[in-house]
Amino acid sequence: MAPCQSTFDFRLYDFQTKNMKLTLKIWRQKNAAAEGKIVEYPIDGIEPDMSFLEMLDILNDELIVKGEDTVAFDHDCREGICGMCSLYINGEAHGPDRLVTTCQLHMRKFKDGDTIFIEPFRAKAFPVIKDLVVDRGAFDRIQQSGGFVSVNTSGNTIDANTIPIPKHDADRAFDAATCIGCGACVASCKNSSAMLFVSAKVSQFALLPQGKVEAADRVMNMVAQMDAEGFGNCTNTGACEVECPKGISLENIARMNREYLSASLKG
Amino acid sequence: MAKSALLKSSIAKKVAMALSGLFLMLFLAQHFFINMTSVFSADTFNSISHFMGNNPLVQFVIQPILIVGVIFHFIMGFVLEYKNNSARPISYAKNNGAANSSWASRNMIISGSVVLAFLLVHFYDFWVPEMVYKYVDVSPLNETRYFHELAEKFESPIRTGLYSLSFLLLSLHLWHGFSSSFQSVGFNNKYSKSLKGFGYGFAIVIPFGFIFIALFHHFNH
Repeated sequence: MAPCQSTFDFRLYDFQTKNMKLTLKIWRQKNAAAEGKIVEYPIDGIEPDMSFLEMLDILNDELIVKGEDTVAFDHDCREGICGMCSLYINGEAHGPDRLVTTCQLHMRKFKDGDTIFIEPFRAKAFPVIKDLVVDRGAFDRIQQSGGFVSVNTSGNTIDANTIPIPKHDADRAFDAATCIGCGACVASCKNSSAMLFVSAKVSQFALLPQGKVEAADRVMNMVAQMDAEGFGNCTNTGACEVECPKGISLENIARMNREYLSASLKG
Repeated sequence: MAKSALLKSSIAKKVAMALSGLFLMLFLAQHFFINMTSVFSADTFNSISHFMGNNPLVQFVIQPILIVGVIFHFIMGFVLEYKNNSARPISYAKNNGAANSSWASRNMIISGSVVLAFLLVHFYDFWVPEMVYKYVDVSPLNETRYFHELAEKFESPIRTGLYSLSFLLLSLHLWHGFSSSFQSVGFNNKYSKSLKGFGYGFAIVIPFGFIFIALFHHFNH
C-alpha cells in the first residue's frame, strides 16, 4: 500500500491564524428622517474564519454590554440565497470578494489593522430606514408590476415540464432567475440604475414559452415602474455585473432593451 | 400608451444617446479619412473638401442633421448626467469604482465635456470662417484654398497641443462609447466580443490619427 500523500499545496494559501484588530467606520442613522454620520468603532479579537456578519454580531454584543444602541443591519438566511443582506463595504457592494453576498464574505479577506468602511446601499429609491438597513420595497413594486406569469390554478394546470424548451434557453432563463434581488447592482452603479435587476426578471420569463404570452405588457410595465421609482439610467459601465453576487450578465440588459423597443413599436 | 411611454422612458433615452453616438462616430470616420488625404496629397484633399463644401446634399441635408445630432447628443448627455446624479442624493464615504468599471466608462461626462469644448473651438476655427466665406461674403469659388487653410491653422503650437489633448479625451470617450452604443440598442451576442475589440481599435486609430494629422502639418509647414 502506497504511503498517504497530501496533494494540498499549502504555499497557495495565505493562512491567517492571528486574531485581527480592526477599525470600523459605520454609517449610523437613528431613523429615515434623522441625519446620519460615520461613527468609528475599534474592534479586537476578530478571527479570520468569521463571516462579516458574525463580526458585526460581536460588535453589537459589545455595544449591548456598554449600553449603547446596536448597529442595525439586514440579514436572514446567512447562506447567500435570500438576498436580504446588503452593506457597501470598503467601497463595494457585498465587499471585496466576488460572487458572494455579505453573509458569505469572510474576515480573512481583510488584514489585521485594516480600517473598514461599512455603509448602506445608497440610492434615492432605497431610502435608509435605520443605520445600514434600507427599504428595497421598490424592487417588490417592480416585481408586482409584471414579474410573473398568469397561470390558471383551477385544478387543471398543465405541468410546465411537458412543454419542450431548448436547453440553451432553459439555461439562460435559469441564469437570469438566480437573481436574488439584493440590490447590489443599484448600489454599485454610479447612476443607481436598477436595469440589471429588472432585466433579469424580464429575461427569466421572456426566454420561456410560458412567459412569452405576456412579454410585451411585462417589459412595458416593469420599466415604467422602474422609472417611477426614481432609479437612474444605465450607462453600461458594467459595475453591476462585476458586483452581482449571482453573476447576472449584461446580456440581460441588452435583451430587455430589445424586448422594450419591440413592445413599444408594436404598440 | 406605448408611444408616449416610449418617449419618456429611460430605455428610449439610452437608445437615443446610442443612435446619435453611432451617427457621430460614422461622421468622425469619414472626417478622419478626408483629413488623412491631406497628409498624402494636397490636391486630393482640396478636391474632396471642395465637393463636401459645395454639394447641396452635404451642405443643406447632411450638415444640418449632423449639427442637430451633435447638439442632441450633448444636451441629452447633460440631462441624463443630472438625472443620474439626483438618483443618489447622498454619496458614499468610500467608493471603489475602479474595482468594477473603467475610468472611461465612469467619466463619459468629463471626456464628453472636453470634446464639446474642443468642438466649439473647432467650429470657431474652421466652420464659422467657412460659412462666412461662402454665405456672408459670398466669395468666389476657389478649389485650392482648403489645404493651405488647414496647414495654416496647425502652425500654432497652442492650437496643435489643445487639439491633441482633446483627441486623447475623445479616445477615452470612444473607448467606452463604441461598444456601449451597441449594448444600448440591444446588440449583445456572440459577435459582441469582436465588436468590442473593433471598438477599441476605432477608439485608438481615429483620435490618434487626428493627432498625427495635426502634428504632421505642424512640423511640416
